[in-house]
Amino acid sequence: MNTSAARRVLPGFPLALGYTLVYLSLIVLVPLSAVFLKSATQGWESFWAAISTPRVVASYQLTYGVSLLAAAINAVFGLIFAWVLVRYTFPGKRIVDALVDLPFALPTAVAGIALTAIYAGNGWLGQWLQPLGIKVAFTPLGILVALIFIGLPFVVRTVQPVLEDLSTELEEAAASLGADRWQTFYRVVLPPVLPALLTGFALAFARAVGEYGSVIFIAGNVPMVSEITPLLIITKLEQFDYPGATAIAAVMLVTSFILLFLINGLQAWANRSHGGG
Amino acid sequence: MSIRVQNITKRFGAFVALDDVTLDFPTGELVGLLGPSGCGKTTLLRIIAGLESADGGQVLLDGEDASDAHVRERQVGFVFQHYALFRHMTVFDNVAFGLRVRPRQQRPGEPAIRARVHELLDLVQLSALANRYPTQLSGGQRQRIALARALAVEPRVLLLDEPFGALDAKVRKELRRWLRQLHDALHITSLFVTHDQEEALEVSDQVVVMNRGRVEQVGTPYEVYEQPASPFVYGFLGAVNLFHGRVQDHHLHVGEGSLPLGHNGFQPGAEALGFVRPHELDIETNPAGNAGIAARVERVLAFGPTARVELTGAERESGRFYEVELSRERVAALNLANGQRVRLKPARIRLFAPEPRPAGRTPLPAGSLIGVDGEGI
Repeated sequence: MNTSAARRVLPGFPLALGYTLVYLSLIVLVPLSAVFLKSATQGWESFWAAISTPRVVASYQLTYGVSLLAAAINAVFGLIFAWVLVRYTFPGKRIVDALVDLPFALPTAVAGIALTAIYAGNGWLGQWLQPLGIKVAFTPLGILVALIFIGLPFVVRTVQPVLEDLSTELEEAAASLGADRWQTFYRVVLPPVLPALLTGFALAFARAVGEYGSVIFIAGNVPMVSEITPLLIITKLEQFDYPGATAIAAVMLVTSFILLFLINGLQAWANRSHGGG
Repeated sequence: MSIRVQNITKRFGAFVALDDVTLDFPTGELVGLLGPSGCGKTTLLRIIAGLESADGGQVLLDGEDASDAHVRERQVGFVFQHYALFRHMTVFDNVAFGLRVRPRQQRPGEPAIRARVHELLDLVQLSALANRYPTQLSGGQRQRIALARALAVEPRVLLLDEPFGALDAKVRKELRRWLRQLHDALHITSLFVTHDQEEALEVSDQVVVMNRGRVEQVGTPYEVYEQPASPFVYGFLGAVNLFHGRVQDHHLHVGEGSLPLGHNGFQPGAEALGFVRPHELDIETNPAGNAGIAARVERVLAFGPTARVELTGAERESGRFYEVELSRERVAALNLANGQRVRLKPARIRLFAPEPRPAGRTPLPAGSLIGVDGEGI
C-alpha cells in the first residue's frame, strides 16, 4: 500500500477516499441502515405481514410498473426533445431549453395540483378527454402523467451533451454510404448515445419510484387501484406504525437498489460494446 | 463517371459562397480544388455530394441531372477531413457499413462482405487492424480506413474534403503519394479539396483554383504554375515578389528603379503589377545605377538544395519585402553580408493590370511572399 501510494502521481488518494466513505456513510448509509434496524425490531412474521398484504403488494406493482413505463416514455421523448434542442435552431429555442428544467425546480406539490386541475373532469384538458372516455385525474393514468412530468429533464439533460458531441459528419458519412434515416439512427446515432440514455432512464425511474408530492394529488389514492407505496408508508407513519412503515421502506430500498444495479450493469455493457474502444 | 456543375450559386445569408460556378470534371481524373479558406471549394464539393443544396444551378452526374437526388442515391464516396469514422464500430465494421445497410435484395451475403472488406483493407494496407477501434489508430491510418469505407460501396465518384488537413507534415506527404498511386490503380473520378498548393500540384491531374466563390483558373499543375491566369493564382501558387509600377519604354518603372520588359500589351504610362518568382530574381552587388530594384539584404538562409535571401527595400520601407532563391554556389560567390545594399534583377517578369477592386481586398493571401518552406514545387 505504502509503495504503491508513493508511486501514485495524483495526490491525496487516501484523504479523498476516506472523505468519500465518511460522507457516503453519514449522508446515505446511516439513515438507510436505520430503516433496516427499525424494521428489524419486529419479528419476522409481523415484518412479512406488513409487506405482503394485498393492498401493499398492489401498491408495489403500481409504483414500479408506472415508474418504469414513465421512464421508458421519457427515454423516447426525452431523446427526441434533446435531439431537437441540439440539432435545430428555431425561435425561442433558449426559452424551450430553460423550460426543460422547470420540473426540477417546481415544488412537486405545485406540479401535482396544477396537473390535477388541468386533467380533472372539469379542467382545461380533462373536459375534452372526459367525453372520449379517458379519465386521467384520480386514476393510474394520472400517476403516469405526473411521473412523466417530473422525469423528463433527467433524460434530456443527460442525453443533450452527448448529442452535442456527436458530429453531424457521422450522419452525413452514413448517408453517403447509402444508409437511410432509420439505419443512420439506430446504427450510427443511437449506439454512442445509449449509455447516456440509460443513465437518464435510470435517473427518471429512480425519481419516479420515490416521487410523492406530485402523485398524491392526481392519483386519487384509491386502495388497490391508485395508491402508491410512498403514500402507504406515510399512512403507516401517521398511524404510529413505525415498524410497518420501515418494513415497506426496506422492501422499496432493496427493490430499487437491485433495479438500479441492473440498469448500471446494462449501461456498463452498452459502454463496452458501443461507446468503447 | 463525369461530373458537370453548371451555374452553381450558393449563399449563406449575405455571404456568397459560390458565384455562378461552371466546371467539368472528366471521367477518371483526379482533380484538385485549390483555394484559400472560405473560397467555396468545400461547399462545391458538398453540393456535388448532395450534402448541401445549391441555390441555383445543376449538378450533372454522367450527363444526368442529379440536383434533386439525395446523397444516398448519388453513389458518391465522401471522405471527411476529420475522418468521421464510427467510433463504436471496429475498423472491419466501419468498412462493412456501406454494404450492410443495403436493401436486403442487393445486400451481399456475410462471406461476400467479409471478402470485400478484407480486399479493401489490403488495398489500404491495414488488414492487420481489422479488429481495432478507430480511437486506437493514428490519424493517417484513420483516414485510410475512411477511404476504404468510402470505396466499399463502389462509388461512381470519390470526393475528398481536405483529406490530409488534420495530419502532420510527414504523414501528409506519404498519404499524398499513396493517394496518387491508389488513383492510378483504380481510375475512379476523384475530386479533392485542399488549401495546400503543393498538395494540389503534386497529386492532381487537373487543378481548379478558386477564390471568393469563383473559379480563377483550371489547368494542369504545369499550366497553373507556369502560366497563372490572374494575379491571385500567381500569388497563391508559390512564393512571388511583387513590383508595383508604371510601364514606359519597355521598362517597368518602380520608384527610382526600372525593370526591363519584353513584348507586352500595356499602353505606355499604364499602371502594372510585375510578378517575379524568387528563383527568377538575381542579385547585383553593385548598388549604383538604376537598373533593377534597390534592396537591402536582411537574412541569408544557406541551407537545403537552394539558398534563399530575404531582402527589404533599400531604406527599409515598410511593406517592401523580397525573396530571392539562388544556387548555393551563386550565394557563395556573391558573399552577401546582412544589411548590404544590392540591386535585384529579374530574369522573367509577368505583368498584370492592377485589379479595379476595393482597397480592402488584398490580391494575395498573407504569407504568399514567404513561400513554401523551400520544399520546391
